[in-house]
Order: sequence, then C-alpha cells, then structure tokens
Amino acid sequence: MKAFFLALLKSRAGLFGFLLVSVFVLAAILAPYLGLPVPTRSNLLARMAAPTWTGLFSPGAHPLGTDELGRDILSRIVHGSRITLAIAAAAVVLGGIVGTLLGIVAGYYRGMVDRVLMRIVDIQLALPLMLLALLVVAALGPSTRNLVIVLALTSWLRYARIIRGQVLALREREFILSAHAIGAGTWRIMLKHLLPNVMTPALVIATLELARIIIMDAALSFLGLGVQPPNPSWGRMLADGRVYISTAWWIVTFPGIAILLTVLSVNLLGDWLREHFDPKLRTMR
Amino acid sequence: MTRYLAGKLAESLLAIWGVVTIVFFVSRVLGDPAVLLLPVGAGQQDLDALRASLGLDRPILEQYLISVLAMVRGDFGISFQHQRPAMDVVLERMPVTATLAGTALLFGTLIGAVAGAIAALKRGTISEFIVMVAALLGQATPVFWLGIMLILVFSVDLGWFPTGGSGTIAHLVLPGLTLSVFVSASIARLLRSSLLDIMREDYVRTARAKGLLPRTVFFWHIARNALIPVITMIGIIAGELLGGSVVIETVFAWPGVGRIIMQAIQAQDFPVIQAGVALVAAIFIVVNLAVDLLYGVLDPRIRRR
Repeated sequence: MKAFFLALLKSRAGLFGFLLVSVFVLAAILAPYLGLPVPTRSNLLARMAAPTWTGLFSPGAHPLGTDELGRDILSRIVHGSRITLAIAAAAVVLGGIVGTLLGIVAGYYRGMVDRVLMRIVDIQLALPLMLLALLVVAALGPSTRNLVIVLALTSWLRYARIIRGQVLALREREFILSAHAIGAGTWRIMLKHLLPNVMTPALVIATLELARIIIMDAALSFLGLGVQPPNPSWGRMLADGRVYISTAWWIVTFPGIAILLTVLSVNLLGDWLREHFDPKLRTMR
Repeated sequence: MTRYLAGKLAESLLAIWGVVTIVFFVSRVLGDPAVLLLPVGAGQQDLDALRASLGLDRPILEQYLISVLAMVRGDFGISFQHQRPAMDVVLERMPVTATLAGTALLFGTLIGAVAGAIAALKRGTISEFIVMVAALLGQATPVFWLGIMLILVFSVDLGWFPTGGSGTIAHLVLPGLTLSVFVSASIARLLRSSLLDIMREDYVRTARAKGLLPRTVFFWHIARNALIPVITMIGIIAGELLGGSVVIETVFAWPGVGRIIMQAIQAQDFPVIQAGVALVAAIFIVVNLAVDLLYGVLDPRIRRR
C-alpha cells in the first residue's frame, strides 16, 4: 500500500487523477451536509438566474446559476453525482464480476464452453452498444435497476476477453499444475488460484470501464432512458437544459463540465494504474 | 488464405444470425404495436384483426422461423409505421449517415495520425504535452455535450452554421467536427503508444545500425507495424459510426440510420428494428473483415499463417 502511494506521488497525471476522483467521491458522499440548497426545490422567483459570484456564501447565491424551475445548478450537479457515481459503480462491479468469472471459466475449461462464450462475445460485439442499450432499456422499462443491468451488459465482455487470455497462459504454470496434482477441485483452482492472479488486470479494466460507463449513462439519460425526474442526473440536466440553450447557456454547460472532469480524472487514474501494473494491456482494448 | 476467409465468413453469418435472434426476442418484449397503430378506443375486434394481418397472433416461435426464413431471402417485412418494405426505410437513411461517418473518419484519422506521430517523435517536448492534454480532454468529453457546446457558440452566438438538419455542407460542419474530435483523440493516443512500443524493438535498432535513412526506418520499419492496432481501432470506430451515432443524430436532428432505428424502437415497429439492426451488424462485420485482410498486407507474418 505504501509502495503504491509512493509510486502514485511520482506520476503527476496519476496523482492529479487520484486527487480529483477523491474530491468527487467525497463531495458525492457528503452532499447532504455541504449546506447546499435542496436540489429538487423549485423557486419560480429565481428562474434561470445567471451564475453570480458576489456574496458567494449568502443563502440566496447561485454560483452556477439556476435552471428553468429556479433550482440551484451547483446543488443539482453535486447531488446528481451521487446517483451517477452509484449507478456507474454498481454497473462496473456487476459487469466486472460476471465478466471476470466467465473469462476464468472460458480460459480454464477451454473446449466447448470457451467456444460458445467467445461466440457470444463476437455476436454482442457486432451489435453497437448504444443500440443494445436502447433496445434493452425500452424492453425492460427505464428504472435505476434496469439502467445498472444494461450498463453491466455492455461491459462484461471486455473483462471476459482479456481475463480469458490471461487464464489460458496461467493454467499451464507450475502452481496450477501442482494444485491440480495434489487434488484441488476445479472450483478451488479457479477461485483460490486463478482469481487472485487476474485481479490486477480486472481492476485496471474496471477503472477504464468506469469512465466509459459514466459517459454512456449520461448518454442514455440524455435520450430520456435513464434516471427518471425529478431526481437530478447529469445526462437528464443536459437534455432539459438544451431547450433553453439560446437564453440560459449555464444550464447545459455546467453538467457537461462535471461529466468531463469526472471522466478525465478517472481516465488519468486508470491510465496510470495500467502503466504501473500491466503495460501489456495497453493495446488490448 | 481461402480457408481462412471461408472460416471468417461462416463466423460472420453466425454472428449476424445471433444478433437477429437476440433482437427478435428482445423486441417482442417491447409491447404490442397493434395498440399503438390503432386510434384510442378501438375495439377488441379491430385489434384482433390487425394482429392477424401483421402475423402477430401466431406462436412466437412460428413468427421467429417465418421472419428468419424471410430474412434469408432478403425480405425484412413491411414497416408498420411507413407501410413500405422495412429494409428500404433503413437503406434510404444510409447515405446521410455515411456522409457524416465518412467526414468524421477522414478528418478524425488525419488529425489523429499527425498528432499521434508528433507526440511520439517529439517525446518530452511541449508539442507532446499539448497533443496528449488535447487527446485526454477529447476522450473525456461526452460527444453529445460537445455537440451542444458547438451549437451554442457557432449557431446561437455567431450564427455561422445551422443548429440542425442536413442537406448542405454547412449542415455537415458541426456534427462532422464533433465526431472528428472523438475519433482523432482516440487515434492520437493509440498511435503514440503503439509507435513508442515499436521504436524499442530490436529490428528497428538493426535497421538504424545498418545506416538506413531515418525517414526510411520510420515509414518502412516503424510506422508499418505501429499501424496494426490503429487500423483495428479505425475498423471498430468505422463500424460504430456507420451504424449511426444515435446521440449525435439526435443532437443535430441528423436524419440518419441511428435515429430511424431509435424511432422504430419507440414505435415498436418490429420489421424496421430487425432490418436496421441486421444492416448495422452486417456493416460492422464487413468492415472488420476488411481490417483482417489489411493486416495481411501490412504484416507478412500474418499472411503466411
């Protein structure tokens, strides 16, 4: 752990990403205690108020302006990050677990299981992720749970492919062969011996996937298929604010910057993790 | 080579069949298009009659077999909404989508390739830093938000380009630019790291040691090999763009393939969903097959396999 942070301190980009991610996560967790206005309370007297920086700490200040219903944009962005980050994290965990386990099974069993799984991956690759997501959300209905399922569905195959490749090489190594020789069962070998050895690549993929999923989540919300109103979600704020683009530029601008900064910092952290732990993954996207 | 191609072709057909099958069963969960097609308050009798005429009253497996057999013959059925062959409805939108995809690929690849090469060749200079920061920002920007920002600046404030629609070069500029940013950012980063990897190879050192011109070494020994992962990426991006970028087409009211499929999903127009997805998957597979063949041209080691 100490070595990890020492290496992190040496990389300016990695450190920057790590700090920024930490700030966003802290802001999301502490959102209700930051003294921000209630994100869903509208105030028709302060509709579409422009960003003001005077009297920043007075009660009626809106540093990023208000939207068409007079709701504070800063507060909606911070509260929106709770939903956005929770959905993205849940999807990454779900997709990561399913993809990693299937990758281990395919790589360890090889043969028929492997061929069938990899064919399924090929089939899904031929279908653009966005179309698949649109179809599945339309079929299941838009809800937070379904959104997580859809996002995980677009993600599992990246783990499955790369982890399978790693396991194909690992299964011929002595420690696996000897585990097999002393009579360890298949599940024991897969979970106790193979899984710990593929955790690092899985974590690297997970970080890079988190960034992709945040953008995809925003895109789905933008098309009206994400979190339902009045809950603030970044994509939804963009879609609603787009209507007022000629009169109130701030409504649509700031949620986008929030997405950009979050994705940028997660990407920086992910790139650094990849370079640090597993440079070979670089060309395996 | 023929055997390799035949194998690839069989795999491709299997993948298209898989996509069509998944989409068939997922889209049947969407709901009953008969309810949407008839005016509110239509009687049960009308509903039943319409379902029978659309073939929706038969068992689901029978419907599936009928539509797969018809698709093999190239018949994707009649669009419920447009009352015309579903494939025609989708194919009509193809030129519009292809124009945008072609523009974005052309400019995105050119800019990305030049930027990536500069970043790799001028390692440790301010040029590399600028390219890398721009590429990181480009990759982190949600494309649809970038599109909206460009509309804000160039259409709303400056009034240089229309906010949406298609037909003239002026309509193409903003959506083309938006997608090019995304394409060039991905290509610049991948090309840079790929070039840096190849430059460390032994055969590059050998080529330099035997006194070849730096230009010869770069184009014949380094660039040729570094291009392989980049071409894979271009193939994937081309496949995705030709399938119609739903969000960008929505932002710019661009009447392409992505939007017609999205509208079909909303209207539960099964034949158009089927035709659209089959076409998009087929394009993706053909593009990637072409990429596979290109590997052989670039790398003789692959050709001999």
